[in-house]
Amino acid sequence: MQNKSNQGGGTVGDWINDRLPYRQFVEDQLTGYYAPKNFNFWYFFGSLALLVLVIQIVTGIFLTMSYKPSADGAFASVEYIMRDVEWGWLIRYMHSTGASMFFLVVYLHMFRGLMYGSYKKPRELLWIFGMLIYVVLMAEAFFGYLLPWGQMSYWGAQVIISLFSVLPGIGEPLAIWIRGDYLISDVTLNRFFALHVVALPLVLIGLIFFHLVALRQTGSNNPDGIEIKENKGPDGKPVDGIPFHPYYTVKDIVGVGVFLALFFAIVFFAPTFLDLFLKPANFIPADPLQTPEYVPPVWYFTPFYAILAAIPDQVGGVIAMGLAILVLFAMPWIDRHPVKSIRYRSFLYKALLMSFAFGFIVLGYLGLKPATTLYNELALRFTEFYFMFFIISWVYSEPRSRNYYYGAFAIVVALIAVIDLVRDMAGISWIALLVMIAVTAFFLLLPAHTRLNESKPVPERLTS
Amino acid sequence: MMRTIRKLSLSALVLVIAAGSGAVIADEDAVREWRPSAANNDVTNLASLQRGARYYMNYCLGCHSLEYKRYQRIADDLELPEDLALENLAFTGDELADMVKIAMPPEDAEDWFGMAAPDLTLVSRSRGPDWIYNFLHSFYIDDRTVAGTNNRMLDNAAMPHVLWSLQGLQKAHYDEEGSFVGFETVREGRMSHEEYDRTVRDIVNFLDYVGEPIQTDRKRIGFWVLAFIGVFTFLSYLLYKDYWRDVK
Repeated sequence: MQNKSNQGGGTVGDWINDRLPYRQFVEDQLTGYYAPKNFNFWYFFGSLALLVLVIQIVTGIFLTMSYKPSADGAFASVEYIMRDVEWGWLIRYMHSTGASMFFLVVYLHMFRGLMYGSYKKPRELLWIFGMLIYVVLMAEAFFGYLLPWGQMSYWGAQVIISLFSVLPGIGEPLAIWIRGDYLISDVTLNRFFALHVVALPLVLIGLIFFHLVALRQTGSNNPDGIEIKENKGPDGKPVDGIPFHPYYTVKDIVGVGVFLALFFAIVFFAPTFLDLFLKPANFIPADPLQTPEYVPPVWYFTPFYAILAAIPDQVGGVIAMGLAILVLFAMPWIDRHPVKSIRYRSFLYKALLMSFAFGFIVLGYLGLKPATTLYNELALRFTEFYFMFFIISWVYSEPRSRNYYYGAFAIVVALIAVIDLVRDMAGISWIALLVMIAVTAFFLLLPAHTRLNESKPVPERLTS
Repeated sequence: MMRTIRKLSLSALVLVIAAGSGAVIADEDAVREWRPSAANNDVTNLASLQRGARYYMNYCLGCHSLEYKRYQRIADDLELPEDLALENLAFTGDELADMVKIAMPPEDAEDWFGMAAPDLTLVSRSRGPDWIYNFLHSFYIDDRTVAGTNNRMLDNAAMPHVLWSLQGLQKAHYDEEGSFVGFETVREGRMSHEEYDRTVRDIVNFLDYVGEPIQTDRKRIGFWVLAFIGVFTFLSYLLYKDYWRDVK
């Protein structure tokens, strides 16, 4: 074949392939890449995240054609896009909805990883690249949110940047360095525009490339958490694997269809999505002299914002919030249990992970609401539980003695007690404290006396 | 000169309101209970939008601009012929391609009212239609304010009750504990309650439309987009089923 095409025969495809080996690329990446055959609902979100990225880049390019990154012109240019640019409203709504859907998809993708132990050996780096993508995505969303230059844009950015200024010593100079000014101004808007439109998208695409390269190296995990590469047939292909293309390409297209139906239902029928995706106060131009009564962050930041607000001490709050994100990076070394999938983990671990997900959603809800005594208490307790999840996961990593569980229980209860002692004693809800102790006892004393923390046997082959 | 005339006419308004409040006779039976309610406006109702646009141009545009909105777009969307639009909307001498701006300099506005009247292009998106509806319903006489009136939705509103000649003037009533009960009309306006309610709803409807002019079209287009995606998803499902027949 090689010879034939060199002699001038062969197809156009041959001609190109001799110069650009695309056939090898398709073979490596798609038709010869074997994926487990039992992917379920949770495995749609990786490809969907890629789809949303494309939507954001394409709509973003069209938005920059009419957007004016200046304090004088930004707000009016967004209204110009909404009113005078042909289909501008659709492009803008797709971009604003896309931002929220990006996080929804990424959160579900991450939860999939937690459920099936996809961060465990040999996929630690894959997980870390994923976490880096998540952090860069948060920065990207934060910079983008300032651009419409509404009241929420302005004061939301003000709140987040002021978080840096509470850091002792370097805080204030750092905040001024980020803003480029003593307050958020035209200078800040311009640099946020540059970061949002050029710098971070490039970083994001680079990280996604590494995420995919790492995935191709280890192969996908699956709902059973079994390595399909360990069971190969006589032809050298995994027995339980199927080529990614055509099988998963045609399957993912169904997922794309369902996702787009949801996406465009929001874009066309509820673009503000109950004021969660686009906030009413952001339809008022930014006014540095008038602070809105309440500046809640956008929904995808609220779990971490609730953690920040739950800690009475400002510096402590910022540290807790940072830690809440950083600790996820260490997940592969925290949970070292040999069984990957939640399907074969113990009853107690299932309960733990589900409670963690539930607590994350509750924190997200609390972050949206103005603080009350009850909400503060709940936020603090769910913050404690958020961090407890990692401690207990670590304890569950291997079989422990009865005394080990007693010790772990004592340490966790002591930590909770210290937090209660440090804060204002008068503010303590004794009921909440008792519930926390009961929850700790449930997860750390039951394994010492029952068989609820025993894993199920993992099958040799994929089930379904 | 212009300034003096405006100042005079404003004080005349205050005087009239004060005179109205002088004639108050407490009559408990006349108190109408009032609480905020939904506007229930319908942005697809073209006649209502046209009426609302006319009311807005006559009563609101003196102070409140719609600076992101063009006369031309209003004329197109509300299906008004150009000559009618020029006569009824852009009667201040503006071109149809112009934005709906006001002539009052912001400094003067601050001088007269304590603040410049806000632009209302996006008020239906920041406050919501219901809020505007209740705001326009709940002006009441209050001697302690400069304007002579106050508002249930916006305490110490700098804005006077511009529609008083239509609604009349009302007084707020409170129970023994000082919580608000309702309004009592102390001076009839040119409109009945029902007529005024419809007028307010028309204005709200117009502002709702101005806040997002595309909203009616958006839903109409959305239906077809979703229908297309539905067919696409169904076909891709059949394709998937066909390809996956031999798996397992």
